[in-house]
Amino acid sequence: MALNVDAVKKDFPILEREVNGHRLVFLDSAASSQKPQVVIEAMARYYETTHANVHRGVYTLAEEATARFEAARDRAARLINAPSSRGVIFTKNVTESINLVAYSWGRANLSAGDAILLTELEHHANLVPWLMLKEERGIELRYIPITDDGLLDLTDLDRLVHGVRLVAVAGVSNVLGTITPVRQLADAAHAAGALFLVDAAQMVPHMTTDVAAIDCDFLGFTGHKMCGPTGIGVLWAREELLESMPAFLGGGEMIRDVRLDGWTPNEIPWKFEAGTPPIAEAIGLHAAIDYLDGLGFDAIREHERLLVAYALKTLGDRYGDDIVLYGPRDPAARGGVVSFSFKDIHPHDIAQVLDEKGVALRAGHHCAKPLMRRLGVGATARASFYVYNDEADVDALADGLAAVSDFFLPA
Amino acid sequence: MPGLEDLYREIILDHYRNPRNRGELESPPARRVEGFNPLCGDEVVVYLDLDGGGLVNDIKISGQGCSISQSSASMMSAAVKGKSVDEARKLIQAFKAMMSIHELRLDGSEDEPVAADPAVKLGDLEALQGVVKFPVRIKCATLSWNTLAQALDEAADA
Repeated sequence: MALNVDAVKKDFPILEREVNGHRLVFLDSAASSQKPQVVIEAMARYYETTHANVHRGVYTLAEEATARFEAARDRAARLINAPSSRGVIFTKNVTESINLVAYSWGRANLSAGDAILLTELEHHANLVPWLMLKEERGIELRYIPITDDGLLDLTDLDRLVHGVRLVAVAGVSNVLGTITPVRQLADAAHAAGALFLVDAAQMVPHMTTDVAAIDCDFLGFTGHKMCGPTGIGVLWAREELLESMPAFLGGGEMIRDVRLDGWTPNEIPWKFEAGTPPIAEAIGLHAAIDYLDGLGFDAIREHERLLVAYALKTLGDRYGDDIVLYGPRDPAARGGVVSFSFKDIHPHDIAQVLDEKGVALRAGHHCAKPLMRRLGVGATARASFYVYNDEADVDALADGLAAVSDFFLPA
Repeated sequence: MPGLEDLYREIILDHYRNPRNRGELESPPARRVEGFNPLCGDEVVVYLDLDGGGLVNDIKISGQGCSISQSSASMMSAAVKGKSVDEARKLIQAFKAMMSIHELRLDGSEDEPVAADPAVKLGDLEALQGVVKFPVRIKCATLSWNTLAQALDEAADA
């Protein structure tokens, strides 16, 4: 069942606005997606009718708010086919999810000489926490290289994975769109005695994601890239790992008892949720998951595959050697992301001129500077697609690039 | 609503397409300082050759960046080449004043905007004034100037 994009567009109030006199063509959903009315309303309704702090009061509002908050946790668990919601920790984003693993599991388990295996295409969120641990503990970081097509080069996987304690990989590259072979990597990690972490920031919003099928040990995703609000993310981890990991942030909610001379931690998942959590945001995330599930994750995936195929063909046919399209050639091997360079015009300048046409395009290093160096560029332009984009949006991008060329490189 | 022509004045595009003083100087003796814009990944390298009398003998610019950062660097190099270090510092000050930069103090209070010496003439550099209407691009325009200021500071400390 294909997406009815015209109907989907009507669900997103922001798409009614104009930018610089043009209809908004939003091509930066990989950075943050727009929000459907049902999510905006769910959060407003919660504040209008239900808000109180969670896990504290005995009064009606507090009970209702707690039930709604925990229902969101259950919904997130079902989304990724987690065995129970006890493994679902609410964080503020994937960055915090990965930092939680690095601080808690990493500092309890890794010391000088231990190794972690990452890849060349990681977002800074899955690099810097480990680089910090490298500086602090002297751990070794190894990297799976990429091919010129932007696929993971697994030729030396056996050697690279040998002896590592953790393999941590983006499920989908936020720059190249590359869908990585997570199940294969999970098997390789486990065969080597290592744990397996998936940075699923660009995966969970765009395709069916199943932690049992992937057989991962940790998986992080974020609400605001999947029609939910900012300020809420998820770390899912196997329960026995969470049981053995020390607490991360200290404070209210995460304790069972506090004395003047000590404390005992709460049960999981609350052990890892210090302080008042993002309650309205969890409820917004719940509504976002319901919304996307209603569209169907398989339909979303198919929609994006077709749109990427159309974009690669349209841009390639129209601009030939003047455009460099990064990442796998095969649309089936990539998510809804198209990064490119165009005629030596800097991505900032491209994005500036396109903004004049109402086209919101990302320009920069996309928080993946090592990958930029691997590609031999300082920055790229990036169009990323979601449920509300269609071929007309790709055409607006292609037409806009002609205007960019006319402006900077007049014939 | 500022338009593209406010940002991309013809003289800016000219410096972007035909950058002045592009290249490298042997370092040492020249001073080599790198500047980065962490937001966009732009980088500029300023090579500065000062003679013993405090004159900017030669300056070269390398690195990569957008039209605003590259043209600003090009115009800067043309403006300071052959000038005294003191004049170069005054130009930096005047340029930053035009960019309306409010420097953050450590205690969090905002400084007065950088004051320009009214005697300093920016000339062609005034073409970059339109950048102020596009706040995210101000860092592009000031990247090379901050890098030059750092090179001058390092030379003074040496």
